[in-house]
Amino acid sequence: MPMTIAEKIMARASQKKESKAGEIVMADIDVAMTHDLTGPLSVESFKKIGIENVWDPEKIVVLFDHQVPADSLDAAENHIMLREFVEQQKITNFYDVKEGVCHQILPEKGHIVPGEVVVGTDSHTCTHGALGAFSTGIGSTDMAMVFATGQLWFKVPETLKFEIEGALKNYVYAKDVVLHIIGKIGADGATYKACEFAGETTKEMSVSERMVLCNMAIEMGGKTGLVEPDEKTVNYLKNRTNKKYEIFKTDPDSESLETMYIDVSALEPQIACPHHVDNVKPISDVEGTHIDQVFLGSCTNGRLEDMRTAAEIIKGYQISNKVRMLVIPASREVYLQAMDEGLLRIFAESGALVCNPCCGPCLGGHIGLVGPGEVSLSTSNRNFQGRQGSPDAEVYLSSAAVAAASALKGSITDPRK
Amino acid sequence: MKDTVKGRVWKFGDDIDTDIIIPGRYLVLTDEKELAACAMEGCDPEFAEKVKPGDIMVGGRNFGCGSSREHAPIAIKGAGISAVVAESFARIFYRNSINIGLPLIEVKGISKHVQEGDELEINMEKGILKNLTTGEDFQIEGLPPFMVEILNKGGLIPYLKEKLIAEK
Ligand code: SF4
Repeated sequence: MPMTIAEKIMARASQKKESKAGEIVMADIDVAMTHDLTGPLSVESFKKIGIENVWDPEKIVVLFDHQVPADSLDAAENHIMLREFVEQQKITNFYDVKEGVCHQILPEKGHIVPGEVVVGTDSHTCTHGALGAFSTGIGSTDMAMVFATGQLWFKVPETLKFEIEGALKNYVYAKDVVLHIIGKIGADGATYKACEFAGETTKEMSVSERMVLCNMAIEMGGKTGLVEPDEKTVNYLKNRTNKKYEIFKTDPDSESLETMYIDVSALEPQIACPHHVDNVKPISDVEGTHIDQVFLGSCTNGRLEDMRTAAEIIKGYQISNKVRMLVIPASREVYLQAMDEGLLRIFAESGALVCNPCCGPCLGGHIGLVGPGEVSLSTSNRNFQGRQGSPDAEVYLSSAAVAAASALKGSITDPRK
Repeated sequence: MKDTVKGRVWKFGDDIDTDIIIPGRYLVLTDEKELAACAMEGCDPEFAEKVKPGDIMVGGRNFGCGSSREHAPIAIKGAGISAVVAESFARIFYRNSINIGLPLIEVKGISKHVQEGDELEINMEKGILKNLTTGEDFQIEGLPPFMVEILNKGGLIPYLKEKLIAEK
């Protein structure tokens, strides 16, 4: 039977020859990730089951990224509780406050390989489909079941494949492509589907850019993002892991496959406007909008390429006196490379604040909250009401280039000008 | 899960996201009552005070979209809500709610037929939702049997407990 990548991985993980969209399967989990924000509930739920030990400590990854360093006593207590759990359960894949954002750390440290089933108590776990894994966000109670049994039930998703064609213009990036797609199909346009990104444009993209696409699959309701692994995937994995893996590809005649063709050759920078990620407009419609804060970072656009793009635009200039800019590399590795390349110096000289690798203002729970009436321009993935602080604040989403150009001007600015 | 729930409606729109249900700054909390006190703060800061045990929430499309935070259904359940009815649900929220024993009911077009303050009665077994205020009836789709079992046991944890003990 012709199958999609999602169906093939689900079949492999449930020890079956075939699996079909709509079917409910019990799948073995290869990687289970939890972090400081959703970890405590997961551990509490696991303890309630009454089983002493987790199914396999080597397949669990615990990391701290949302509130690091601890910004309140509640956060500190959550950290203490998780450190104890890690020690007691002998979990070796533990990244304390120093490493960075979960969806950057998992691939960077070689935890993700193609063909695996990855779950995380974080909705953007769909990011890891960029390496050809079936990767999805789950809640804390589901994670408790995974901790206890190593398994979880899934409804095998249908696949919505985006054939993306056309060369991207200067200053247009993967972020603009995915915002454009979300604007087109809506915040529930791919509910429970595997969103497979394909076509020439995707093939041309680096692994980091593919992560941007897959990261935002959840913003259209997707179960997982996916990119068919190729040479670039293999190269990315080479120095990071010695895990064995299997590469799956979608058969073009799969029954559960729907294909959408997207031409991006004329695309201009895209902006998601308040308060919904699918409220997407071309930059020309919102140019000049006043902003109070710019956030460059997150699991969407906090990678080295984003730091380079932004630094190139900012170099030699000062951030507008009317805005504050936070630069937060997504991981220690990105931070160190950005330091070696002199990028952090460029940011600091321009008047931006360079913070430790973490989620930062992305979720409005830690540093850099925006107050009532304020406007944030952010390279992250969500602009829900109240997402970055006050419910009376507004959040716009953009690429790193737009963020940098706008920080210099103090208003939303087209980097091409 | 009770076979029949009856309660007053609190009505919300489309795309009610998890940041509206429980903002990020409260995620350090894990206690149901503490979370419930902040439920829906993003759009109605007085919600937690106004809601009465047994009340029913009605939403539009894509209810619960966004984060995987289980704090969201916990806050709703903790506030005393007996069921959430919506045109459609986001999938992680859907799983999380069933897992903690909060019944979710999908009824296409429901927002047009229900107003805030209406009295609803939901009979899970018969698959019927009744608007007692207007007298209208709606068919609701049944859940797969094992999800009904999870709800009947009060959530995934009690369900698993029983199953794993039976296996021993
Ligand atoms: S950077 Fe933002 S979206 Fe990504 S994991 Fe952190 S809080 Fe979530």
